[in-house]
Amino acid sequence: MSTPATTRVVGAPVPRKEGVDKLLGRACYVDDIEREGMWYGATVRSTIPRGIIRSIAFDRSVDWSEFTVVTAADVPGENHIHLITADQPCLADGKVNHREEPIVLIAHPDRNKVREAVGAVQIEYDPLPAIFAIEESERQDPIVWGADNLIKSFLLEKGDVDSVWAQAAHIVEREYRTGAQEHLYIENNGMIAEYSAQTGVTVWGSLQCPYYVFKSLRSVFDLPEGKVRVIQTETGGAFGGKEDYPSNLACHAGLLSMKSGHPVKMVYDRMEDLVATTKRHPSRVRHRTALDGNGKLLAIDIDLATNGGAYATLSSTVLSRATLHSTGPYLCPNVRVHSRAWATNMVPFGAFRGFGAPQTIFAMERHIDEIAAAIGMDPIELRRRNFLHDGDTTATEQVMREPMIMDRLLDRALEESDYYAKRKRFAEENHARAVKRGLGVATFYHGSGFTGSGEVVLNSLAGVDVTPEGNVRVLVSNTEFGQGTNTILTQVAAEALGIDYARVTMAPPDTDEVPNSGPTVASRTSMVVGRLVERASLQLIALLREHAGLGANYTTEEFLAACERYRAAKGAVLSTCRYEAPPGIYWDDKKYRGEAYPAYAWAVYVAQVAVDTVTYSAEVEEFWAVQEVGRVLHPVLAAGQIEGGIAQGIGYAVYEKVVWQDGSMANNQMTNYIMPTAEDIPPIHVYFEQIPFRHGAYGAKGIGELPHDGPAPAILNAIRDATGLAFNSIPLLPEDLFAGLAPGQSAQSLQESVTL
Amino acid sequence: MSVLWPAIRFAVNGEIREVYAPPMKRLLDVLREDLHLTGTKEGCGEGECGSCSVRMNGELVNSCLIPVLQAEGAKIQTVEGLAMNGKLHPMQEAFLQCGGAQCGICTPGMLMAAAQLLATNPHPNLAEIREGLAGNLCRCTGFMRIFESVVIAAADDSAAIAPEEARHAR
Repeated sequence: MSTPATTRVVGAPVPRKEGVDKLLGRACYVDDIEREGMWYGATVRSTIPRGIIRSIAFDRSVDWSEFTVVTAADVPGENHIHLITADQPCLADGKVNHREEPIVLIAHPDRNKVREAVGAVQIEYDPLPAIFAIEESERQDPIVWGADNLIKSFLLEKGDVDSVWAQAAHIVEREYRTGAQEHLYIENNGMIAEYSAQTGVTVWGSLQCPYYVFKSLRSVFDLPEGKVRVIQTETGGAFGGKEDYPSNLACHAGLLSMKSGHPVKMVYDRMEDLVATTKRHPSRVRHRTALDGNGKLLAIDIDLATNGGAYATLSSTVLSRATLHSTGPYLCPNVRVHSRAWATNMVPFGAFRGFGAPQTIFAMERHIDEIAAAIGMDPIELRRRNFLHDGDTTATEQVMREPMIMDRLLDRALEESDYYAKRKRFAEENHARAVKRGLGVATFYHGSGFTGSGEVVLNSLAGVDVTPEGNVRVLVSNTEFGQGTNTILTQVAAEALGIDYARVTMAPPDTDEVPNSGPTVASRTSMVVGRLVERASLQLIALLREHAGLGANYTTEEFLAACERYRAAKGAVLSTCRYEAPPGIYWDDKKYRGEAYPAYAWAVYVAQVAVDTVTYSAEVEEFWAVQEVGRVLHPVLAAGQIEGGIAQGIGYAVYEKVVWQDGSMANNQMTNYIMPTAEDIPPIHVYFEQIPFRHGAYGAKGIGELPHDGPAPAILNAIRDATGLAFNSIPLLPEDLFAGLAPGQSAQSLQESVTL
Repeated sequence: MSVLWPAIRFAVNGEIREVYAPPMKRLLDVLREDLHLTGTKEGCGEGECGSCSVRMNGELVNSCLIPVLQAEGAKIQTVEGLAMNGKLHPMQEAFLQCGGAQCGICTPGMLMAAAQLLATNPHPNLAEIREGLAGNLCRCTGFMRIFESVVIAAADDSAAIAPEEARHAR
């Protein structure tokens, strides 16, 4: 048990570590950096979704002698981006599989000239038939990826689903769909690379995972470890959107630097970032559910399909998390989830906060309300009858060893939102009003850390050291991009070392300086990496006690003095710690059975929505979020994570629509892709229940992704409550509400009437 | 090359600056490239996100939409001009305390919008705060903590005075 009864620094609202730099405007983002003799790079992309490259021509109106030009032929190592599957080329070689695929890179000393010259590279193709929808990929004609278009599939089985249908009192079947979503970090992707034969390739960039980029550079440049260096610059938002794509961009900038002999900066403008980089996977989820006469779940049968786009990227792991979050916080003796990620000729989809869970939780939580309506039961009551309790097993037959408190979270959410009184009032008022109000609930969990054996495979290493100058540093490759990594990890170190928070800093996020403590993804930083930092810090104190006479009680100055005695006697003041799985963890990757996650965060969200039946707008008026995320390490940052995730979730539900044309984003401007503004986000009330998790840093579990999971189903459930109409697809825009609320009309006829 | 362009003079954070730049060059690029004031950020380049917000002659503008020739003779304030004598502006202090900044990329523009709001309306209500910040997108916070920051800063009467004006007042 690592959770002390009281803590000094952990749990306190200490100032954000890099906060002052950000507020003064002196935090250094990639586009703020200039290197001596720096050139600017740009990308020539495919204009068709699939085809053979017949020729590449350079318009004579441009003096190409001033430029550096790079194609696939210039790649010194392997021409693919190192991730899970070696399918995505760094630069297209002979054929293209999606629009906006990078084919040629150009660089020039003048930023404006390089942009203009992109249009002077003409590429001719022999087009091939392309596919865009999941259903087209399922038909497997044409095959556009591998042998069968199937990037990955999972079959998760518990009990015997097919033995149940005949005896069920109720069987409810529905289909749910979710659209793509753009991260819309306010800082676009950007990278600077500098190559020399002596030192190899160094990149500075906006990114989440330095060692992912490191591995990609190694294979593309065929360089040993000592000749690749990745440095994260201040990163202006990521949300998963800078998990994999920065590897592509780092390789591109590196290739231009190698050939030009200059440092090269590539910073996308908004249109290029939107059209060329990854988005959340669209999904289709089919539910068939059996219940007994008391509303107890007998069988859950789910068919899940995601659209992966043209290359595998992270589709398999997104599908895994989607699968493992598809059945909700409910006990069900018989479960079957068959999930498949399909390849198409869309721009590849990738990681986005929640990583598949928002898709399947939307389906499950909408479905629970559909079941409730079908069997004539209150949706709250239906949930209560099926919640997991202590000792129950999940769909993967993981035994719930943590205290299960879904009922407690639900009680609090209903009380805080005044749920029953309001629902009654709305039901009375709605008849006579054009604006109809409703309340909707979503109950859900989010698994913390990598799935199954993932953390064991990552084998993360983290540490703390004290430099000769007296700087106490946290050594991790985990990065800050707004969520608070710097603050919480230095809090954890200060707490465990017993010294002032202000004295602890983060070592630079530079692969030459910090060990590989794994990627900054999967809600793993607080729980997994924080715990490593805690252990490394406690280890250092033990060393100082044993070898440097550190007493039982000490000031920060006495701690630093002990470090100097230790340095004189033993050398570097350094303590590192490697990941060890909590005891009793078992996971079968083939059968998808066992401890899917070491811990789960639990939540109940309530949305209040007003649907205007004249304008067909759905406005989220108020939002309540009750969650249990283990120990809250920083109350202000934690609440900020929840609020920000809910805002993105509201966007996902009723604002943000990616419009596709030939598999790439047609509305690739902030003018046309609408995220909620300061005037759109309702008051959000955040409540934490805290049950310390004994294997997380000071009891912490994951928090970052959880809040994106709940809003969409809660909001569409509220719209159902307000209107009586079931909408099973997001994003739900006014034209979709119009189609549902005005029978006989379609969104298209609305479009026509507006156009006329 | 710069000698080909006419001189354009304007005041930035109380200092007179002279630049030689193409007249249609964006004020944003002049601030960042010619004057090395990189606190002002580009988010969209089309006036939607507000990350490049600066105050110009007492108004809030998107510097990505201002050709520099339009800044001739103007008084411009950027995020670098908010803190004075090494002390954070009350708005910056409030953002730090309330968690108004997360990734920080919208923060300079958001601070300028918030400063502008208090300069014209020293004690705004929540609806006025929402409206005053509606042109500045933040993808991290969900805005709640930014609203709270403005409320806290508004309680400090010195927050309503722009530093440039404070300088002249001394």
